[in-house]
Amino acid sequence: MIDSTGCRCRPSLVLDDRTRIRQRILETAGRWTLGAVTSLSLVAVLFIILFIARDALPFFRLRGLMEFFADKQWYPSGAPPHFGALTILYGSGLVALGAALVAVPLGIGAAICLSDILPFRARQAVKPVIEMLAAIPSVAYGFFALVVFAPALQERGGLILSVVAVALGAPLALLAGFVAGDLVADAVPEQRRGTHRVLAGFAVTITGLHLLGGLVEQLAGLRIASGTNALNVSLILGIMALPTVVSISEDALQSVGRELREGSYALGATRAETLLRVVAPAAGSGIAAAVILGIMRAIGETMVVWMASGNAAQIPQPWFNFLEPVRTLTATIAGDMGEADQMTGSERYHVLFAMALVLLVFSFACNTTSELILRRSRRKLRGG
Amino acid sequence: MKAKLAVLVAVGLMGAAVGRAGDNQAIAVDGSTTVGPIAKAFAEFYMNRNPGVNITVSESGSGNGAKSLMNASCDVGAMSRPMKPSEVKGMEDSGRLAKAHIVAMDGLAIAVHPSNPLKGLTLAQIRDIYTGKIRNWKELGGPDQAIVVISRDTNSGTYECFETLVMNQAKMFEKTEYVGSNGAVRQRVMDTPAAIGYVGLAFTEGVKTVPVDGVEATMDTVVEKKYPIARPLFFYTNGMPKKGTHLESFVNLYKTEEGRRIVEDTGFVPVAL
Repeated sequence: MIDSTGCRCRPSLVLDDRTRIRQRILETAGRWTLGAVTSLSLVAVLFIILFIARDALPFFRLRGLMEFFADKQWYPSGAPPHFGALTILYGSGLVALGAALVAVPLGIGAAICLSDILPFRARQAVKPVIEMLAAIPSVAYGFFALVVFAPALQERGGLILSVVAVALGAPLALLAGFVAGDLVADAVPEQRRGTHRVLAGFAVTITGLHLLGGLVEQLAGLRIASGTNALNVSLILGIMALPTVVSISEDALQSVGRELREGSYALGATRAETLLRVVAPAAGSGIAAAVILGIMRAIGETMVVWMASGNAAQIPQPWFNFLEPVRTLTATIAGDMGEADQMTGSERYHVLFAMALVLLVFSFACNTTSELILRRSRRKLRGG
Repeated sequence: MKAKLAVLVAVGLMGAAVGRAGDNQAIAVDGSTTVGPIAKAFAEFYMNRNPGVNITVSESGSGNGAKSLMNASCDVGAMSRPMKPSEVKGMEDSGRLAKAHIVAMDGLAIAVHPSNPLKGLTLAQIRDIYTGKIRNWKELGGPDQAIVVISRDTNSGTYECFETLVMNQAKMFEKTEYVGSNGAVRQRVMDTPAAIGYVGLAFTEGVKTVPVDGVEATMDTVVEKKYPIARPLFFYTNGMPKKGTHLESFVNLYKTEEGRRIVEDTGFVPVAL
């Protein structure tokens, strides 16, 4: 046989029997090894579920479901002890809600900005910085929350809240004004558009700013007694969940593809219209998955909440009062595990596993939901 | 009577066996989780000095420590409270004699922010603050500010001490904030003008400690038993340990210079000699 270089050599594409058998064996062995490694992590997950459930179920057998899910008293060391986890479940929920309120608008906004607005170079620079947030150890966040942020909230809580309100509210009022102006301009005859647009825009912006002023006045007078509260950890957890939300939503927005965007522009849509009416709906399920994963990140975080949430087992009054200390599932497990060995009080030990089981079931449900959503969105984008 | 004699003989034989074993000796400590850290630190120190001795420390609670000592399954019962009369009697019934050694004192200072004008509190007032009966500093003659109540986590010996000496079985109210260490209590109280907390005596720097029932919290008032939120911590043995045995020198470690330093390092107050 003569190859392209013109040299005469052995036919290399046809293997002799020994080589073929050896390669077959190697291939099989490799496949099995990889299979074993993969199933190892699967088995690990199964064992975690199994062992947590094994230590959690005795609690429900001993004390029943009602106390755990409906009682508001958490006194594990009292005589008699109370193991009502309702306030703690509520605390986890409230903190997750707060984190979502921070991370979702910021994260999705940042993702849209990164994928569709910023030039490529800026994006290359900004995205790694946001992802750096995920690399900071949670105890560092916790330390910041406890030593810097909590005292700041106590001393200048009103000021901080008003500044945040202005920073978020003023652009929103302006945006609302522009949109209102556009909407009004659409509805009136051509020659009067200019004045109407300006008038409507001004009216809406001024009203918005006025409302904002009232809010700021309220906030500025606020005194926060204790800086370790739901607001503190919500903000910190929101920042911690940000990289998750940003990267997954940005991936979703990227995967929408050029064709849809160009198609939309070709039909005469503006960039805002393209973003809001075409790209965002197409990436919607990916963004939803990003939100779910971000919330999971917030619920699962332990160190920050243990250090800075105040750990008071109570349901704040009124229910949305973020300025009250709360206690979460993760912090309770971390904080109470030391005393609760099997010897001294088995109920006190098992109740922590019951909490772990609740967390596990919740994150399992979230994970499955986000997986289903992502799968559906992939099928939709493929046009199936 | 016969049974009692048998126990006595058995104990005697055991003592003889232990005595004869020379350097290779085992000492078992069982009892309070509060005293546990001291016992563990003592054991570590003693075993380093005497490699032939093996000391095991279990923490199953003061009551279990007394029980173990009663049925001779440990040599030292560590307890954060004195033996009850029933326990002393139980010891006597099994032919043993409870001998208490106070190895350290445990005292908790009430800490508030340095700017707080508070002059002093009574035990009852402290309890009312922690049960939520008193919720504003103005009820105690201070500024009109809601009290931020800070406690150690229910996991700690410090909490247990506070619970027994101050709370008297009353439940802390639900707004009480729990933190994970003495240092964290100090940090929160230092930063929060409206806060009140309790800390071990080694953690009072940077906060204002409040006299309780008119007594300042210091090592001296704790040792002199004037300060109300303090308690002795015990090692119990069966009779006085024999002179020259490892058990004797282990139990008496708290009297030595190193022993006293270990006690301080673990956050407790060494006793007066």
